[in-house]
Amino acid sequence: MSAPRAKRWQRLAGNRNLQVGLTMLAVLLLAGAFGPWLVRWDPIEIDFAAALQRPGAAHPFGTDELGRDVLARVLAATFVDLKVVAVCVVLPFFIGSLIGLASGYYGGWFDRALMRLVDVLLAFPHYVLVIAIVGSLGPGIANLYLAFALVVWISFARIVRAEVLVARRAEYAQAARLLGYGHARVMLRHILPNVITPAIIFMMSDVVLTILAVTSLGFLGLGIQPPTPEWGLMIAEGRTFLQDAWWISVFPGLAIVYVGITFTVLGEGLDDFLRPKG
Amino acid sequence: MNAAAGSSQLEVEDLRVRFTTPALDLTAVDGVSFRIEAGEVFGLVGESGCGKTVTCRALIRLFGGSPPSAIGGTVRFAGRDLATLDERAWSALRGSEISMIFQDPMTSLNPTMRVGTQIAEGLQRHRGLTAREARAAAIEMLAAVGVPAAERRHLDYPHAFSGGMRQRVLIAIALACRPKLLIADEPTTALDVTVQDQILKLILKLRNDIGMSVLLVTHDIGVIAQTCDGVAVMYAGKIVESGATAQVVNRPAHPYTRALLAALPAHTRRGDPLRPIDGEPPNLAEPPPGCRFHPRCTFAIAACREIVPAPIEVEAGHRSACLRAGEIG
Repeated sequence: MSAPRAKRWQRLAGNRNLQVGLTMLAVLLLAGAFGPWLVRWDPIEIDFAAALQRPGAAHPFGTDELGRDVLARVLAATFVDLKVVAVCVVLPFFIGSLIGLASGYYGGWFDRALMRLVDVLLAFPHYVLVIAIVGSLGPGIANLYLAFALVVWISFARIVRAEVLVARRAEYAQAARLLGYGHARVMLRHILPNVITPAIIFMMSDVVLTILAVTSLGFLGLGIQPPTPEWGLMIAEGRTFLQDAWWISVFPGLAIVYVGITFTVLGEGLDDFLRPKG
Repeated sequence: MNAAAGSSQLEVEDLRVRFTTPALDLTAVDGVSFRIEAGEVFGLVGESGCGKTVTCRALIRLFGGSPPSAIGGTVRFAGRDLATLDERAWSALRGSEISMIFQDPMTSLNPTMRVGTQIAEGLQRHRGLTAREARAAAIEMLAAVGVPAAERRHLDYPHAFSGGMRQRVLIAIALACRPKLLIADEPTTALDVTVQDQILKLILKLRNDIGMSVLLVTHDIGVIAQTCDGVAVMYAGKIVESGATAQVVNRPAHPYTRALLAALPAHTRRGDPLRPIDGEPPNLAEPPPGCRFHPRCTFAIAACREIVPAPIEVEAGHRSACLRAGEIG
């Protein structure tokens, strides 16, 4: 009866999405971690003699207009982009979940005030707001993080709050109060583990939106600054050569698509894994 | 079985609980008084919606999502007036001196915590036990409530337990700190009949082991007859009859109590139809004038419509709030 670990493996074995997603994520992380050492080219070093070479034996993904190896740059950009995306997702996840938890738990004027604020923020498309904030504060990583934290928390807050509204009425939450536990303890220890799953699953789809947003900001010149290799920036740099040298933009584009698919599949898999149906 | 002399474990006097919203104004508990001695099992019985649960909630001052607008009267626990306690003192009292178990064991356990952890948590919080001591005590408690293989099952999550076993776990959580008073709000209603009996016997056994008092709330007067020392019958927010269980069950002095007893299947002959109480409990926002039971009462006379009956002692310790109590008993 009590073999929770074995049961967990069993459920993983039947979950194709989770297997594929985890494998794709592992490939992504391995490529980001070890790829740059396996390619002999430096991602930043300029070599005009080798500019705009087609993909071939020496440069599998070709070279860009400054003679830099596109494969080396795509690989080097992996962790740059993933790190930015991770912060841009995790920061709002924490802030939003805690606000949603407190808002749903305490209710009253606190909840009403917060939810009106959320309604106002929700009236703007997320990424228009992000771009507006970064644009007015000036480009740069710190401002990017700040912009995402300020805007995206509302999604997590709404998701968690809705779950808390149900959970706090559940008898186990009231029972915890009856056993003499304080509000903080009831919220964090008894309610939070029961309401966080939808937020975790949403976080996966948020990764997909965020990778697009971060690379778009890079494309617009509002995110990571050159010469640091970054997928959005690479696409932007390659767009003037698109007719003659498609590979400069296409390979970083494919990398973005790969990340998007990875987290979409992973999110589906996690949904089945964390919320078993029936 | 009233062991302790002097002050009772719990004294409730003229308890009133009123809920006000823009749409309605109702008094769910209207002047309820009773006392529970140390070690006594006291039953509170009545139909759904008569104010039993609100009474329990008022005793421990926790109402979940919808707090009342006013609570009146006094509640004394071991001689202390509970109205004077602040939030901190309440936290120290709840789960430690006064514990409660709920009706539905399927939803009262936290699905994301191991049952052993849930039992141990209170011991760590209230008794200052270390994690290791608390775990050992939790396993002991789990065994004491009759969960087999407790040293293994304390690691399981609630979904791995049946309804009856979950109610046992809930009892273990409620009693881990050896409270002086257990409030059991319909503890067996959601369970199979055979399991009901086991759970009631378990509560009675633990009452003896721990020496606590029990307030047993139920709509089943048959359960009261089997388990309680004293009983109060509630109707529409008021206590209509109270006394020792033998007095109330054998010589009911209020028409409502008589109707409840008559409605029991055991009091109906085989083949005869069951005898439900006609009508419905009144809307507490607009209770009927006079005796609140008169619209459904077969003994009602003209005076019942005007006079609110005061409790009359029909025999020693046995009171009935009925104008015709003397004639009925």
